[in-house]
Amino acid sequence: MESKLLTYLIFLPMVGAVLIGIAGKGRDGVSRWLALTVSIGTFAMSVPLFTRFDETTAAMQFVHQVPWVETLGISYAVGIDGISVLLVLITTLLSVLAILSSWTSVTNRVREYMISMLLLETGILGVFCSLDLFLFYVFWEAMLIPMYLLIGVWGGERRIYAAIKFVLFTLAGSLLMLVAIIYLYFEHGGATGTYTFDLMVLHKYSVDADSQSLLFLAFFLSFAIKVPLFPLHTWLPDAHVEAPTAGSVILAGVLLKMGTYGILRFCLPLFPLATAQYTGMIMVLSVIGIVYGALVAMVQTDVKKLVAYSSVSHLGFIVLGIFAMNEQGMQGGILQMVNHGISTGALFLVVGMIYERRHTREISDFGGLAKVVPAFSAVFLITTLSSIGLPGLNGFVGEFLILLGAFQANLTLGVVATSGVVLAAVYMLWMFQRVVWGDVGEANSKLQDLSLREWLVIAPLLVLMVWIGVYSDTFTRRTEVSSRHLIQMVQTRQMAGAGKSMADLQLSETTIAGRTSTRSVGEQGK
Amino acid sequence: MLTTVEIIILLPLFGAIVSGVFGHWLKKSSGYVATACVGAAWLLGLKTLVDVMGGVGVDENVYTWVSAGSFTASVGFLVDPLSAIMLVTVTTVSFFVHVYSFGYMHHDAGFARFFAYLNLFVFSMLVLILANNYLLMFVGWEGVGVCSYLLIGFWYERKSASDAGKKAFIVNRIGDFGFLIGIFTMFGYLGTVQFSEVVAKAGGGALPASAATGIALLLFLGACGKSAQFPLYVWLPDAMEGPTPVSALIHAATMVTAGVYVVARSNVLYTLSPTAGAVVAWVGVFTALLAASIALVNTDIKRVLAYSTVSQLGYMFIGVGVGAYTAGIFHLFTHAFFKGLMFLAAGSVMHAMSNELDMRKYGGLLSKMKVTGYTFIIGTIAIAGIPPLSGFWSKDLILAGAYHSHVPGHAALWALGVVGAVMTSFYMFRLILMTFFGQPRDAHLYDHAHESPPSMTVPLLVLAVGAIFVGGVTGYPLEHGWINHFLDPVLGSPDHGSGGAGLSPSVLIGISVAAGLGGFVLALVMHRSGRLGADSRQPIHKVLWNKWYVDEAYDVSIVRPIHRLSMALWTIFDTIVVDGIANGLGYTVKGISWVSGRFQTGRTPTYAMWMLFGTIAMIYAVTLP
Repeated sequence: MESKLLTYLIFLPMVGAVLIGIAGKGRDGVSRWLALTVSIGTFAMSVPLFTRFDETTAAMQFVHQVPWVETLGISYAVGIDGISVLLVLITTLLSVLAILSSWTSVTNRVREYMISMLLLETGILGVFCSLDLFLFYVFWEAMLIPMYLLIGVWGGERRIYAAIKFVLFTLAGSLLMLVAIIYLYFEHGGATGTYTFDLMVLHKYSVDADSQSLLFLAFFLSFAIKVPLFPLHTWLPDAHVEAPTAGSVILAGVLLKMGTYGILRFCLPLFPLATAQYTGMIMVLSVIGIVYGALVAMVQTDVKKLVAYSSVSHLGFIVLGIFAMNEQGMQGGILQMVNHGISTGALFLVVGMIYERRHTREISDFGGLAKVVPAFSAVFLITTLSSIGLPGLNGFVGEFLILLGAFQANLTLGVVATSGVVLAAVYMLWMFQRVVWGDVGEANSKLQDLSLREWLVIAPLLVLMVWIGVYSDTFTRRTEVSSRHLIQMVQTRQMAGAGKSMADLQLSETTIAGRTSTRSVGEQGK
Repeated sequence: MLTTVEIIILLPLFGAIVSGVFGHWLKKSSGYVATACVGAAWLLGLKTLVDVMGGVGVDENVYTWVSAGSFTASVGFLVDPLSAIMLVTVTTVSFFVHVYSFGYMHHDAGFARFFAYLNLFVFSMLVLILANNYLLMFVGWEGVGVCSYLLIGFWYERKSASDAGKKAFIVNRIGDFGFLIGIFTMFGYLGTVQFSEVVAKAGGGALPASAATGIALLLFLGACGKSAQFPLYVWLPDAMEGPTPVSALIHAATMVTAGVYVVARSNVLYTLSPTAGAVVAWVGVFTALLAASIALVNTDIKRVLAYSTVSQLGYMFIGVGVGAYTAGIFHLFTHAFFKGLMFLAAGSVMHAMSNELDMRKYGGLLSKMKVTGYTFIIGTIAIAGIPPLSGFWSKDLILAGAYHSHVPGHAALWALGVVGAVMTSFYMFRLILMTFFGQPRDAHLYDHAHESPPSMTVPLLVLAVGAIFVGGVTGYPLEHGWINHFLDPVLGSPDHGSGGAGLSPSVLIGISVAAGLGGFVLALVMHRSGRLGADSRQPIHKVLWNKWYVDEAYDVSIVRPIHRLSMALWTIFDTIVVDGIANGLGYTVKGISWVSGRFQTGRTPTYAMWMLFGTIAMIYAVTLP
């Protein structure tokens, strides 16, 4: 039973989409309630993944594997470990909130909208759970379609431009990835005789250094566009600005993490030598992204655009943490993926609430909201502080660990990245001041404060902000073993690779053994 | 079961949540809840001090908060003589400021919100001073920063107020940048951020002197932000936009002293690095003089007090910089009483004068506001360093410490400190003379002036008692008082590098008392001749009046260039370069398909013709040598 839990989880939203397709025609209420019920059911189903997660192992859990196209070595295989478990949960949670947030704001083609939302959820969950490269690629591409529709149909004025830009940027990367996947498949098949897309099998295989370099780039480019890593980020502000609120929430909250997740799941373990080769460059790009995103966010006049550029900055932190290649950076990076989903998801929800009332995103159209809508303003304040990385709220823990890790990896980059902390305060507080403080204009003086539905949308995220802020152990405990395992695996391979080139395998074996034992002694020593 | 420390910390948090969430329904009762919570914390704080005096300390980890790899940080608390002194200072002033706020904020629409913020501040401040590691301390550190931000911007409709709040937060973040890097470096060298382990490892020689200097200076950068030292002091004068009880509590007595506390708490690092200590002391004295010079000519009653605070914080840094940690903390302790008192008294004056801040419109108020006037005078005598009031004892301990230390230029440090003392005395008595003496300069305001209600005057009286006695009671005899015996075990006694050489202690005391009296006499003479607060055409007056143009310099050299750079990055790099390449690719593809589209005419002769051309070209290409 348990072994099929993930499968049920992934496809439940899809089943829901079919049901809405049948029952929701011409009945918007039915579509809404069905979508909400299904997404809540999916979330409820994902909770056991968290509570029954075995935090002592780095192995895949809740695995469900059946052959799919046996002749080609394609199987349907899903499973999660410490790297993906939190991402699955944030996906199911944000999906519920996103659907609830579009309750009144989406009135056009409600049935199709809800179908897209649920299909998107299936696609994303599939990406985070796939243990087969072919299956992964199918989900990766499939999720593009509902997102394209969400932006292109329910988006703002320039929705077509934004939707096409989003799809073209993403496709450009993923086609290269497809080539790399096929190359890897034949390379592995040729060398071992087993032709398979099974990730767990491929993880054990070492591609030669030269091919690694190219394959890494092909995979990485695809993920870097998704992240998005500087300078591949320009699709993001357009997509965010034009997407409907729920689209932005899912986009920022979950979709971007598919990039960082892909790096962790594929780039690092499959191509450790190339990882070492490109680490320096990638870290520099992430730090540029941190500062660049923050600086550009500072001069935005559109609230959504500002938050979009802040994402560029925040995602830079996550990539930096991953490539610091130590436990602090890695765990900080994984935690920050969740944190960014919470904080930025909440920011887009809050911005959406105010957009629904005023139908403008221009910062200068607001002001004095604290007087008119105090509860909304308080929520906005907490969300802002969470995004700034205020200690005691979620963002701080992740950012701190990332910077601590980055600092050990590279002092200069660590220092420059830390300046992002100052800049974040500048642009966020500037926005907060102009939206919430100041005099109330005529246009804002009659606004309604949060409704019960809106409270329900935002409250879970506020709880998580405080929870992670004061007791992050609940979450880092689950990511610890997997991230340590990943680092060790990459480093062991890197040293083995270095040893191979010296044509002295035995020596390298002993160094590995020596290093691992020093590590464990060090661990005990603390 | 919760321990006493935990209860002390949770009380104001409870008060903040109650008055924040239920303030809408509780209305004025939220003030009672908040004040009662802080009052209880105050009593428990006093009990804790007694316990510590009896030798009972606390260093407990409650739970693991953040951990990754070899890094761990706990939520844990430390109660030792240093934190006990801080605890009593913070809770005492907090309690009386809460009481005072009842009267002061009575008619404000944001009454409950005010008390919620105030309680949240007390909570954060207690976390800051009771944490047993640098990371949790940083939680309190940022927490007080946020409360300060919210309270400076309390009257958010005013642009100047919300600007000031934002400025405070951002300038503090620059300091935090240093503080964070300091923590990273510390972990890199020592593998821990827990106070007790840092002391053990650094004291045990695990830290090279260069690293100690680095960490100490980085932490000091944080301290410069929070405690408003040069070059990051610019936010504090603007912070006066907040309600006056806030200025008294946060921007005079407690939060701004956090930087001094951090340096004292990290004394092991500063002891390892004489360089860092010297930097602290010299930045301190420079700031003390810079701020005092601006206070000489300013006519805004709260700004004068704000610059005075910056200046007095400079003195505290002289103390902790030269290794006289006890002296620095002692001055922090006495300053909390007399500066808190003076801010509250200034608030009382404003209350009476329809919120007028310009001292040029005051005058002759003593007869109308006896309690406010006399307590204000007591505070002034205390800060001027005239014995036997509190300020004398702590300031003298700092100056003596500086004189006897072996920081480079220690005699000059002392001499400049004495010059600063003259200035302090002058601008404070100037304030008193302009406000309470002479003829009323605005008859209308004067006629409406009245003494404030008891909820405001009682805290004044209590703090005045403190301003008179706490210094002498705890600091007599100089260098051998109770405070020295209490704090020296944690902080170490100042080592007198130059020994007993130079001027004798009694001469030093004589000079600093003379400095205090000298400033008073100067102010009195100028008052008699009617030149106090008068405009002057001298260039130096203009420079001081414009605060040495520091804000303008920052604006031109930092704020605007960054804004221009950001604009350029966005409009040029994002829009033209990246999108240009992307769109360019798009257009190229479009162009190619347009060109190739031309060939698809659908007419057979055209295709035949192109096939012919193609065949000829191929034949030509193949047969070509």
